[in-house]
Amino acid sequence: MSESVAAEHDYIGLSMEAAQMSDNKTKTRDNNNNKNDDVLNFKATELRLGLPGSESPERVDQRFLSLKSSCPVSGAKRVFSDAINGSTKWVFSPGSATDVKDIKPAVPVKEKKSSAAAAPPASKAQVVGWPPIRSFRKNTMASSQSQKQGGGDNNNSETEGEAKSGAEPCLYVKVSMEGAPYLRKIDLKTYKSYVELSSALEEMFSCFTIGQFGSHGGCGRDGLNESRLTDLLRGSEYVVTYEDKDSDWMLVGDVPWEMFICSCKKLRIMKSSEAIGLAPRVMEKCRSRN
Amino acid sequence: MDRRFPFKVLEHIFSFLDVNEDRNSVSMVCKSWFETERRTRKRVFVGNCYAVSPLKVARRFPKMRSLTLKGKPHFADYNLVPDGWGGYAWPWIEAMAARRPLLEEIRLKRMVVTDECLEKIAASFRDFKSLVLTSCEGFSTDGIAAVASTCRKLRDLELRECIVDDLGGDWLTYFPETSTSLASLDFSCLDSEVKLSDLERLLSRSPNLKSLKLNRSVTLDVLASLLRRAPQLVELGTGSFSDELDPEEISKLTKALSELKQLKSLSGLWDLLPEYIPVLYSVCPRLTSLNLSYATVQMPDLIDLLSRCSKLQKLWVMDLIEDKGLKTVALCCKELRELRVFPSGADLDETDVTLTEQGLVSVSEGCQKLESVLYFCVQFTNAALVSIAKNRPNFRCFRLCVMEPFAPDYRTQQPLDEGFKAIVERCKDLRRLSVSGLLTDKAFEYIGVHAKKLRMLSIAFAGDSDLMLHHLLSGCERLKKLEIRDCPFGDTALLENAAKLETMRSLWMSSCFVSFGACKQLSQKMPRLNVEVIDEHPPKTRPDSSPVERIYIYRTVAGPRQDTPEFVWTIHKNPEVGVSRLSIR
Repeated sequence: MSESVAAEHDYIGLSMEAAQMSDNKTKTRDNNNNKNDDVLNFKATELRLGLPGSESPERVDQRFLSLKSSCPVSGAKRVFSDAINGSTKWVFSPGSATDVKDIKPAVPVKEKKSSAAAAPPASKAQVVGWPPIRSFRKNTMASSQSQKQGGGDNNNSETEGEAKSGAEPCLYVKVSMEGAPYLRKIDLKTYKSYVELSSALEEMFSCFTIGQFGSHGGCGRDGLNESRLTDLLRGSEYVVTYEDKDSDWMLVGDVPWEMFICSCKKLRIMKSSEAIGLAPRVMEKCRSRN
Repeated sequence: MDRRFPFKVLEHIFSFLDVNEDRNSVSMVCKSWFETERRTRKRVFVGNCYAVSPLKVARRFPKMRSLTLKGKPHFADYNLVPDGWGGYAWPWIEAMAARRPLLEEIRLKRMVVTDECLEKIAASFRDFKSLVLTSCEGFSTDGIAAVASTCRKLRDLELRECIVDDLGGDWLTYFPETSTSLASLDFSCLDSEVKLSDLERLLSRSPNLKSLKLNRSVTLDVLASLLRRAPQLVELGTGSFSDELDPEEISKLTKALSELKQLKSLSGLWDLLPEYIPVLYSVCPRLTSLNLSYATVQMPDLIDLLSRCSKLQKLWVMDLIEDKGLKTVALCCKELRELRVFPSGADLDETDVTLTEQGLVSVSEGCQKLESVLYFCVQFTNAALVSIAKNRPNFRCFRLCVMEPFAPDYRTQQPLDEGFKAIVERCKDLRRLSVSGLLTDKAFEYIGVHAKKLRMLSIAFAGDSDLMLHHLLSGCERLKKLEIRDCPFGDTALLENAAKLETMRSLWMSSCFVSFGACKQLSQKMPRLNVEVIDEHPPKTRPDSSPVERIYIYRTVAGPRQDTPEFVWTIHKNPEVGVSRLSIR
């Protein structure tokens, strides 16, 4: 029976012989090798979270899939079926957006501890949903660890940031928007500048009116640009704000990008009328950091 | 037919039946018993929300006061089920609101709950008392506020590991201004801060509060003040336990904790610092349940705590407890019934955390009443499993997660077949089992032969062939839930044991070799099963022989569901797609 099964499934490319146990010692290694070599074949049965019909990009640097694509929001999200109650409410579960450890090449073998010890932890090949720990627990532990690494010292904000980026190649932050029934989670590391972030946010929340974010790109190393700030506030209906390490709410765009991603904990898109009071604090912070 | 017993007598007798399994059996005896039973059932449990229609349930149980529903498959907890798969609470809430307005309790697990649902609950059930949401998502704190403000008789509001759009701590102010009837409040999964004054006032006007689980943003410096307002607590989940306190604050906290004379359960303890462990000493001797799984405390500090907990029945920890700590547990916690050891990820920090199979062996030796285990460990041995089985034949739930896939017995390099054989042979009452490590088909032959009471089985990265599935489906008589990922088998065993699937609640298989053609055949053959193919690439564009990414099969009397997203295929969606010519033996 097993033989006929093997014959039927030969097309997969994973030879059933390799799965048999001739030598227990080599079995694990053989499996490792086979699966490593046949990653492409394994793709056929790989777990993915992308859109049906879409081509998945290269496995290796895969981050959270449906948000990263530049499809408009309505396409990127599964809409609650109209057939049920006619509502078009969106249902989004940022927790199941997964964190670092999940979206990795689906090679079901952990590297040996010795070789992984030298490399940053996240480079270990890991499998979706393995080990089986609930997202809530994973997220809690991840933030515990980052707290420990970061310590509490404000003066070392940049070294903290480096330590953090060493341990976590992904930097997921929640993005909420006033009036939106859902929030999203994005990986700040996938953006290189405010411009990229801005356009990504615009796409994500495009079903709500978002005015111009203003040109953040030129912020550069100056840190602070008062006139741009006021332009921003006058020119658009919404502004993007973020909560930083000190739990202060700041306007996005006023500190250098690198500093921003190190200190940003959460993003919130709010009405510009509510964000006015943030400006003075921003200036103080930038001054004390510079 | 003769009515031997008057309806009233039968009704009275049935009122003593509180276990739903008994009620289910009783309802199948004859029509009049069915009628009597259904009119007296108060607590309704539906293990799969798609197995039956909300309308049918509402109609069948006119005296329903409590409804429990489960939605997504268990593996959704580990991100194996894509967003938008389903599990919507709305149709149920809508049906109950229209037909069962006297409903008092709703308990949902792994379901999508929107603010609209919560508002509907608040508006529709005037005696609503209890809302317990576990691993649910899709709602915001606005929905919670609606329930808090409108349900005047609210007794329990528990959000367990839910994903909530947290718009701030205002929801806490929406409880009735005079006194509340709150007995249980759990908001440990929320992120944002609640105002201390709001919380204090709520506690002061909730004299019946027995269970309080704070979220992490409640800092340690305010805990004492909160506890002084709720000395009657039986269950406490603290907030963060790592903030700096001065000696006076520490002594106030110690005193406040010692005043909790009825405290039996302690959890929270996020980032517990070793210097605060003595603060907990006063409650330890009374504790029956301790959840340290978010406490990053290491050895040897943990010993100070655990050695004082002689009445402990349930312990959740991280692997920071190490073998040494588990030895202490074996010595001191003789009442232990449930142990869970979670991975801390400490190996990522390159610190040496020595939790091995020895830890579990010690506990199995020392704790005579141990019956439920969840143990994450890097590697294991057959010898350890055999010892554990010998020591503890009373296991009802045994979940071992050897974190390295395909890891053999690290001493002998053999598969862990013999170890799990010992477990299923000895533990005759085993109801739930999770296996891991290197396993061949033989392991599953043993499970099929011995695990006669097994209800739920979870398998990952195991087995060699179709035989594995065949052993399980043909052997495990009581099997209700089977979930499998990354195992190399597929069609034949599935099709041969198709009838078995109707006796089970559900079967989940992902990253196995089940072909699209087999799914179609199964769908055709078994009209009372919903066969769902959950696949990123729509199967209709692929050949019948191609393997599908995930299948979820469950029995149902509700027929095909109407709310499947694009990536879920069922035969009903594309009935014109013919069945291929795979023959069924």
